[in-house]
Amino acid sequence: MKDQLYNYLLMLGDNSMILGHRLSELCGHGPALETDIALTNISLDLFGQVRGFFRYAAEVKGGEATEDSIAFLRYDREHYNCILVEQANVDFAHVIARQFFFDVFQELQLKQLVESKDEEIAAIAVKSLKETKYHLRFSSEWMKRLGDGTEESHERLQAAVDTLYPFTGEFFHETPLEKEMKENGIGVDLELIKTAFDETVSQIFVEATIKMPESKQRMVKGKYGIHSEQLGFILSDFQYMQRAYPNMEW
Amino acid sequence: MSKEINLEEKFQARIDAGERIEPKDWMPAKYRKTHIRQISQHAHSEIVGMLPEGNWITRAPTLRRKVGLLAKVQDEAGHGLYLYSAAETLGISRDEMEIQLITGKAKYSSIFNYPTLSWADIGAIGWLVDGAAIINQVMLTRTSFGPYARAMVRICKEESFHQRQGYEIMLGLAQGTPEQKAMAQDALNRFWWPSLMMFGPKDEDSPNTEQSVKWKIKRKTNDELRQQFIDITIPQAEYLGLTVPDPELKWNEERGHYDFGEIDWDEFWQVVKGNGPCNKERIAARTKAREDGAWVRAAALAHAEKKEARKVEKKTAV
Repeated sequence: MKDQLYNYLLMLGDNSMILGHRLSELCGHGPALETDIALTNISLDLFGQVRGFFRYAAEVKGGEATEDSIAFLRYDREHYNCILVEQANVDFAHVIARQFFFDVFQELQLKQLVESKDEEIAAIAVKSLKETKYHLRFSSEWMKRLGDGTEESHERLQAAVDTLYPFTGEFFHETPLEKEMKENGIGVDLELIKTAFDETVSQIFVEATIKMPESKQRMVKGKYGIHSEQLGFILSDFQYMQRAYPNMEW
Repeated sequence: MSKEINLEEKFQARIDAGERIEPKDWMPAKYRKTHIRQISQHAHSEIVGMLPEGNWITRAPTLRRKVGLLAKVQDEAGHGLYLYSAAETLGISRDEMEIQLITGKAKYSSIFNYPTLSWADIGAIGWLVDGAAIINQVMLTRTSFGPYARAMVRICKEESFHQRQGYEIMLGLAQGTPEQKAMAQDALNRFWWPSLMMFGPKDEDSPNTEQSVKWKIKRKTNDELRQQFIDITIPQAEYLGLTVPDPELKWNEERGHYDFGEIDWDEFWQVVKGNGPCNKERIAARTKAREDGAWVRAAALAHAEKKEARKVEKKTAV
């Protein structure tokens, strides 16, 4: 059970960590100062959530584990984030669409985790939920601005949605680990989340005048540690200092 | 003409009496122009300053350091925002200021044209660059132009936090492994002289100082501020056990100050003129952000207009 809980915490933390990393790449390069500040804020919140999950994971694992050994010293195959969050910052439309899909999912997931039988997870979820509601408001507003803005912004957002929506199915694929966590009252019911996710997404698509993509869901297995080619590059950046200068205090 | 003189005299009398000048008050055209120049350059420095530090966000060594650095760079964006707003009260738009930045018409602090090559540079920038900036900015909290002075009060609080954070990074490295100590020393070697250059040319080569002192934009000269910075910083370097890269540096009992070697003024002017190690990259990054963001800003505007039009339509229908 200890191993399963540990792996489940990695799964929860990895989504926030990899998305937080992608957003942190944009700091100083945003389309306007206000959006730069807002995206950095979201990145900061996500790393705050990562620290919550990984500190707890370190406790569960015991021994020498710390939030940093968990964050910086795992191999690529030991990361369990969904493929969506590792997708690149192609343009602002991709940044917003990726954020929006994640926020809708994450808000629903956290709402259930608030009720988790694991009190630590529930406490992290309470704090994270407040932040995620704000993120969702931000990303939904931008979905509408871009979708129902100019012709160019509409086309760009539609293209981003067409590319990224097919990765969202992975959120709802229940791994054996998630099934077990659900049955133990620790994890979430992904089927319930899926229904609410579809509703919110369709509603925002209508307001943003965005068409539901016809393309099929992609075959991806991020939750099993099999990632896109992009994760290796993210990790070589992210882990650089800890790998180049091992066993030091910073 | 005589009326103009009269106004100028009254204006100077207000400044001499320590009154704050507010945006709607009458002010000499040159006062306005000088403030637009100085405040916008200060704002640009905050924004361009995000780039060398931003360079290490994705590679920060621990979660705590990453969050600290993200928050710091975000604070700088916030400082840029208040300063642009303060300059806007004088009748220039943010857009015009941004164009001045990317076309090279407006300057920004030259220190940001140096590269950040190691994690220790993030410590050195916080310690030295923010340390030097604070010395300038504390003086500016008492400057005569109200919006600028008020922006400075807020900025100074955050900057002193950044400086402590930078020093703490250096302290950790200085007390760390030989590799970490070498990294810290190397950062000090590269950032020491450019930090001293942040106070600008020597007094005898600084033509704006006299007028600036009269308007209380400056209360101390470049050389006085530079000396103040050195006197504060040397004991901090000693505490770290690092060597300041200036063989002529020594305490002068008589003056009650440190004596120091000659700054390489040729390097200073080269960097000011655009030939520093990263001037081109910094401007290219700001230009790219502006160009990549153009369609986003246009979309936000178009959406707001559509929303407004729909509101009006609804009202008329009722």
